[in-house]
Amino acid sequence: MKPFMFAVAGAAALVLSSSALAQERIRLIGSGASFPAPLYLAWFKDLGKKNPNLTVDYQSKGSGAGIQDFLNKTVDFAASDSAMSKEDLAKVPEGVQLLPMTAGEIVLAYNLPGNPKGIRLPREVYSNIFLGKITRWNDARITAANPGVSLPDLPITVVVRADSSGTTAVFSKHLAAINDEFRKTLGEGNTVNWPASDKFIKSPKNDGVTATVRQTPGAIGYIEYAFAKLAKVDYALLQNKAGQYVAAGSGGETLAGVKLPPDMVAWLPDPDGAKAYPITSYTWMIFRKSNADPKKAQAMREMVEYGLTHGQKMADAMGYIPLPATVVDQVRTAAASIK
Amino acid sequence: MNKPFAVLPLHDSVCQPPTATQLVVDRGFRGLCHLGVFLILLLVVALVVEIGGKAVPGMQKYGTGFIAGTVWDPNQLQYGILPAIWGTLYSSLLALLIGGFFGVMMAIFLTQDFLPPRLAAVFRTIIELLAAIPSVVYGLWGIFVVIPAIRPLADWLHQTLGWLPFFKSSLSGPGLLPAALVLAIMILPTIAAVSQDALRAVPLKTKQAAYGMGATHWEAILKVMLPTAATGIFGALVLGLGRALGETMALAMLVGNSNQISLSLFSPANTLAALLALNFPEAGPAEVEVLMYASLVLMLITLVVNLVGSSIMLMSQQGAK
Repeated sequence: MKPFMFAVAGAAALVLSSSALAQERIRLIGSGASFPAPLYLAWFKDLGKKNPNLTVDYQSKGSGAGIQDFLNKTVDFAASDSAMSKEDLAKVPEGVQLLPMTAGEIVLAYNLPGNPKGIRLPREVYSNIFLGKITRWNDARITAANPGVSLPDLPITVVVRADSSGTTAVFSKHLAAINDEFRKTLGEGNTVNWPASDKFIKSPKNDGVTATVRQTPGAIGYIEYAFAKLAKVDYALLQNKAGQYVAAGSGGETLAGVKLPPDMVAWLPDPDGAKAYPITSYTWMIFRKSNADPKKAQAMREMVEYGLTHGQKMADAMGYIPLPATVVDQVRTAAASIK
Repeated sequence: MNKPFAVLPLHDSVCQPPTATQLVVDRGFRGLCHLGVFLILLLVVALVVEIGGKAVPGMQKYGTGFIAGTVWDPNQLQYGILPAIWGTLYSSLLALLIGGFFGVMMAIFLTQDFLPPRLAAVFRTIIELLAAIPSVVYGLWGIFVVIPAIRPLADWLHQTLGWLPFFKSSLSGPGLLPAALVLAIMILPTIAAVSQDALRAVPLKTKQAAYGMGATHWEAILKVMLPTAATGIFGALVLGLGRALGETMALAMLVGNSNQISLSLFSPANTLAALLALNFPEAGPAEVEVLMYASLVLMLITLVVNLVGSSIMLMSQQGAK
């Protein structure tokens, strides 16, 4: 009798302990960039369904705030549109692993009477619009690029971001790369000192810029493609380095032409290639190389792997650019250093 | 007997000395009130110390040039908030002008026997409902309703009266006028509610005396009721102005956030509160210093407005006596 009872007790203990092990929940906390936030949130929701023991909480509060949280160690990982500065990297003794997780494009949304679709904007035109040098829609340089489209005699109201933003950083980096005057006078950064003019309006966030463009005849503003797709606004075809007019949403071609360096940070201020869309950028997740809790490190690697496989399939539908296969392999290899 | 008061055995009296429990509750409540007041003071001091402490490096670096400067460019490390100060004061005063006028009119309408009391109560509730609408909703309403609605008038004013500095520029969308209009609606409930209280506080005798002397309805309102309630109404305006100065999200969406100083009602402008709200989330340590400095300036402006308001009130009270 006794041995039997022992065996039962032992078996029960075994069952209990293994189920306890399986039920150990891991919760990862991240914060940062708002631009990839819709995609990340969709990922983490789906990941939570696939693996109920892994919860990932992501707060979209801006790239700068995310990096600040990461440095203060209040989060397990951060996300940033502008990678991470050398000074900030030096502040992390555990070592930092940056991983590009997706990429996005920025479009120029406009509002013209009659809603003409797909206005073409040459490089020197759109860079000069944002310098405040081209001020009317029927400017000869715009009409020349758009034969057959009747452009109104309207002032161009330029709508830019009022808040500090990674979107502005990517957009101004591109403008600085294609226009010397822009680089010298306005420069690049999360905030740009746009020309002081009655026709430059600043609105908060993507929503604010979109709403203002929609309500202002003759307005043009830069917003993320994912957002433009959602809000169904008209956006311009932009001339790329090769001289072709390209619509946003064909990004795979753009990324394939770029080789990632070992630190995984590559900028594409003005990509080559006939089909490349000119304003494209990666967005990164930021991890510590050595983490105190090995289980969390494993969970993070699992999260990255999910993003690289299932996650990339979601990216396209949501208006982001799936990473090319070569980049996926590189990121997977680099993710192994999260320990 | 361990009673705090000596009591005569008057069993048929309703007067009773406070029981021990009542005394404890009374003292406890008084203590709580003291604590509450003390905590409020502590909170204000803590706020000033915290903001001031963080603003010190910015103040040392930029000094008074910060207040007189007109450029805000984190890339060049140039910071100036004069346009924001200008925009804050301009939009708030404009809103006060509009909101104050309508708010006081409403208070008169609702308290001076123009409406049956029940209907007045309905109107009062509706006005107070305005205070419950979130700022962001006001902002969106401004973008999608107010701006399209005022555009034809703004275009006409710009074309016919464009030589006036107020109509110098054409309305692009967000700008000072839409911001001030929405702000006026936002401060309306405060002004209307406090003015109503002030008007209702005028003793009935005063009103009756005015009528008794043969005053008409309007004479009674304009020459007796309003002057008597003036202090309270003025307090309502100061409160409204204070609210307008600090209003953030709706303004951030409507004012255009452009760093320029212009008299034109249709130009985009900037306000301190919007500047702070929009720049904080992504600010690095160097920028936080100047933002703290800016918030200190905003607090100072609010303080000055309140001080000026209460001293005018004090003077008018003394003048009345």
